Order: sequence, then C-alpha cells, then structure tokens
Amino acid sequence: MWMIEIPAFVPFFIGALIAGFTRGTLRNAIMVAIPIISAFHLWTVPEGIHLQFTFLDYQLSPYRVDKLSLMFGYVFHIAALIAIIYSLHVKDTVQQVAAIMYAGSAIGAAFSGDLLTLFVFWELLAFTSVFLILARRTQRSYAVGMRYLIIQVLSGVILLVGTLFYAAENGTLAFGYIGLDGVSGWLIFIAFGIKCAFPFLHNWLTDAYPEATVTGTVFLASFSTKVAVYALARAYPGTELLIYIGAAMSCFPIFFAVIENDLRRVLAYSLINQVGFMVVGIGIGTALAVNGAVSHAFAHIIYKGLLLMSMGAVLHMTGKINGSELGGLYKTMPKTTILCIVGAASISAFPLFSGFVSKSMVMSAALEEGYDWIWLMLLFSAAGVFHHAGIKIPYFAFFAHDSGIRVSDPPKNMLLAMAIAAGLCIAIGIYPTALYSLLPYDTGYNPYDATHVLAQTQLLFFSALAFVWLNLKGMYPPELRSTNLDFDWVYRRALPIALQNMFAIIWQVDNRLRQAFRLKLTMCLTYIATKNSRLSGLLSRNYPSGSMAMWVAVVLATYLFVSFIQ
Amino acid sequence: MKNDKKYLFDDPKNIKRVLHILYGCCVFLFTLDFVIHRHVMHSWENLWGFYPIYGFVGCVILVLVATWMRTFLMRSEDYYDDKQRVTDLPNKGINKEGVNNVDD
Repeated sequence: MWMIEIPAFVPFFIGALIAGFTRGTLRNAIMVAIPIISAFHLWTVPEGIHLQFTFLDYQLSPYRVDKLSLMFGYVFHIAALIAIIYSLHVKDTVQQVAAIMYAGSAIGAAFSGDLLTLFVFWELLAFTSVFLILARRTQRSYAVGMRYLIIQVLSGVILLVGTLFYAAENGTLAFGYIGLDGVSGWLIFIAFGIKCAFPFLHNWLTDAYPEATVTGTVFLASFSTKVAVYALARAYPGTELLIYIGAAMSCFPIFFAVIENDLRRVLAYSLINQVGFMVVGIGIGTALAVNGAVSHAFAHIIYKGLLLMSMGAVLHMTGKINGSELGGLYKTMPKTTILCIVGAASISAFPLFSGFVSKSMVMSAALEEGYDWIWLMLLFSAAGVFHHAGIKIPYFAFFAHDSGIRVSDPPKNMLLAMAIAAGLCIAIGIYPTALYSLLPYDTGYNPYDATHVLAQTQLLFFSALAFVWLNLKGMYPPELRSTNLDFDWVYRRALPIALQNMFAIIWQVDNRLRQAFRLKLTMCLTYIATKNSRLSGLLSRNYPSGSMAMWVAVVLATYLFVSFIQ
Repeated sequence: MKNDKKYLFDDPKNIKRVLHILYGCCVFLFTLDFVIHRHVMHSWENLWGFYPIYGFVGCVILVLVATWMRTFLMRSEDYYDDKQRVTDLPNKGINKEGVNNVDD
C-alpha cells in the first residue's frame, strides 16, 4: 500500500501550508483535522522501515517505525490535537503555521531512522518553535527568542558535527545505540543534552517558555525536550552518567520553583524536574526503567500541557501570571480551577492519576538496581514536585489571598482542550494497561499494589501537611516580584561584563602600544630626515628635483627623436 | 458595584474543615503503616513512618533552603532589562553583597 510510505510528518507540513492560505472556520477545521487524520494513518502503519534511499553512499531512512518511536509518535499527535484545540481562538497566521510545523518536526524527528534526517528535524524544531516566542511581539520576547534560537541552533550544529564524526568512525548514519565511546558519542550526547535541558544547559527553557505566547508555551512544552528524551532513549540507554545527570535535574529545579513568582516559570522548572525522572530511567537502562522513562514522557506531555493550559487561561483572562498578583480566582473560574487541580494531582503522582503509574516504575527500577541514593533523591523530588507544582500552582493562582480579580472561565475551546487533557490524565491513571500495552518492553508491572499506593499517598499527604504547617507558621516564602539568578546569569551578565572589561583593557593597551610605536616611528623618521637633508644638502644643494625630472625628459625625448630618424 | 457574593472559602469555617480533613487523612495514613504489610525492597522502608517523615522533613528542608537561596539569588524584577546597569554593576548594584556571593 503506497499510503504506508507517507511519513507521519507529511500531513502536518501540507496542513501547515494549507492553513497558511485559509482563514476562519475553514482553517480551524483543517487544523483540527490534521492530527486526527495523521493519527488514524499512523495507527494503520506496521512496524518497520517504510522509506529508504541512498544519499552520497549513505543509507537514509526518514521513516522508521518501531515501538519506541510509535509511542512518542502517538503522544505527539495527542499533544498536537490538544494544543491546536486550545489555540483555535488565536487569529495569528504566523503562530498557527509555525505551531503545526513544529509539531510535524517533532513527529518527523521521532520517526527518523538516521542521524542526518534527525539533524534536519532537530533544526526545524528550533526554527519553527522560535516563532511561538517571537509572536508575543514584545521587546523582551524578541531578546528571549534570539537567545533561544542561538542555543537551539548551537545544539543542532553540535549534532551535525557529531554526525559527521559518527559517519567517519562507523561508516553508517543509522540512528541506533551510540554510547559514549569516541568523539562522536560525546558530541551527540552534548547536543541531545542541550535540548534535554541538562543542568547548566537548561536555562534556555526557563528563559523562553514563560515568555512565549499563551498557546505557544503549550506547544513548546510538549515537543522539544521530549524529542531529546526520545533521542537519549534510543542512543544512550544504560549510560550510567545519565543517572546522575537525571537525579540532579530532578532535584535542583524544585528549589528555584519554590521561590519563583512567574507561575509559568515555576512550571518550566518543574518540567526540568520531570524530565530528570525520564533521564534517570534511561540511564538505568533496564526494561522496567526504560519503560518507566517512556511512559513518564507520555503521561508528562499531557499533564504538563494541562497545567500550562490552565495557567495560560489565567494569563489570557487576567493578563497576569505572577503569583504575587493573583489569588482567589476559584470564585469566578471554577472550571479552570478543577482542571488545574487534576493536572496538579497528575504531576504529583497521586494514585488514580497518570503520573503515578509512570513515575513509580522509574523509582522501582532505581531501587531494584541498587541505586539507593538516587532513589532517595527521586523520592525527595517526588515530594518536592507536589509541593511546588501540585500545591503552589493552584494555591497561589486560584486560592491564597483574594486579589479581587473577577474574570470568567476562558473561551470554550480552551476549556475543551483542558477537559480532554484532564480526561486522559485520569484515564491513564485508572486504566494504565492501555498505556503499558504500547510500551517497548513487556514487564508485567503493576503500580497498584498496597505498598506503592500507601507509600506514595503517605509521602504526598505529609508534604501537604508540611505546606500547611509552614504557611500557618508564616515560614513559607511569600510570592515576591523578583528575578532569581540562575546559571543564565553567567552568559547574560557575567560573560558580557567580563568581555566588556576585557575588551576595554585590550583597547587601552592596544592604544598605548600604538601611540608608543607611532612616537618611535616619528622619531626614527625625523632622525633619518635630518640625516638625509644633511646628505642631500651636500650633493644637490643647487639642483631642485624639478630640473632633474626635466633633464630626464629631455634625454628620453632625444633618444626617441634619434630612434625615429634611423 | 460591590461584589457581595460569599464564596466557598470566604468562610473561615470551611478552611478549617479542609484542614481538619487533611489532618485526619494524615493520621489515618500514618496508622495504616502498622496495619498494612509492605513488600519492601529497601531496609529503610521498614523504618517506622519512613515515608511520612521523609515527605514532611524533605519539604520543610526544601522550603527553608529555597528561602535561604533568596538571600543571594533574588534581584529586582527588571534586573536583566536595565542595560545601563551592565556597565556600572560593580559600583551600584542594589544588592552588592549578593552579586559577590554569586560570583564566588
């Protein structure tokens, strides 16, 4: 059947083209239809490599379908559909087209079977998504967008260099297990790491996501980092270094999240924390751990989308997103409040919500493989995530002190998108078997045994108790209008200042050197000139150079004249 | 126009109720520790009230450390917006001590 050979990203790119030339209801219908049609198409595609050709002696396979890529392919379709419904009210062609192409690029990356195709989609992800930030059309978003683009493109360039090394080392471009041997392994690892928001490489995320448009952030949070997680799961399963990186990722952002005021930035920090769980799972590399990482990515895309959508709804309706300016919104936004709480319960991994069935797999795998300290760190961040994402987000936006803002629930399309996401969160939580059947390995894991449920519920309830206790004691840090320094301080402040000072010194030294040199030169010249004037005074005191030139001309003219006569 | 409508949590009694439910749940879950037999994978899990204590203490430490981090990480909201300050930061920073702390 020829239909099978159409890669899954094609409907998105064609759809983006059509959406660019249509308006109103027709465009909305097309945009909703794209992920639905594409998902049905994908459903019929069997596993295997469906498109392959040779390019400069290398075998390229832009459409490789297996369990791992299908899992991400499905969830990218779901995320695209939800985010598109959420953004139906937007009347901004640039944003709409960019968003669909962005989703298409993520799907293309998930199904690429060789590193060159992956690189192409990797860069497309950067170039399409930056419009979702620029579309806010503020000075700040422009600066953020440029920083975002530079870092993303840098990641792509490193990936390309790594790919070239890989081709030279192995003679193939096939995208499979790579591992950390050789230069190419490290280069590709770093490229993936940048997109995956490894510690110290993470600031593009917390910088850009809160500055994107209301709907743009929902798209952004769904794709880039998850493509990186997919790529790591494909190329570096069982790499021990990833365990420690992941554990660090799961812990440090929660401290920043607790003191952050911008609620979408809080969610951006908690996104890194959640990706940390996935990275740990990939690093452990056993069947259970990889399953956990992949299913956590699946569940995470949906509940993180839901949380960002609910905060987007708040921003859309009130025009404010700082915890210090919000509060008491439950009074007039009851539906958004409930949907946000569902998302909060899911990210906190409450039993019967989606986070529980996936997060516990990674934790169990860490224990099984004897990584006790890692397990403790994950447990700490599981409690912490409830604290900052599960309680803080709904509490400061919808409850806390009454801000006096009285706005209604957001438009219907936004509510519908949130309701779909919330429904999926609960469905996955109640019936995890459906999710598990899609996983790459069959481990027969059951999250709902008394031990797990009790342990997790105890952990969460006592975290909540800690929140209440700290609040009653007045020890909970109040939301303050502020910027918190993070590692990006190094390249946004320290480096520019250092460079500025360095160049100031270099200019000064350079200036002095030039002046000294010029002085020496002038002195030399005067010296020679005086010598010369003395010398020439001796030889040609009475003969100006003009007469010399005239005599030369006379001699030449004579010579010419004589040669004519002969 | 004044909005006089009373909402759910405008009444302090309702907040009390929610808190009491939470306390009740916590006590209940704590006692379940002694009733339900666990399949433990790690010896620490056998400790009396391991998860509740870990959750509570972990969160308190998290918040206290985060609050402490504010002393040297917090800047004014327009910290990065103000281009002027890039040049004269060492002399004029609003929180001079903080800048140095981050620098080390």
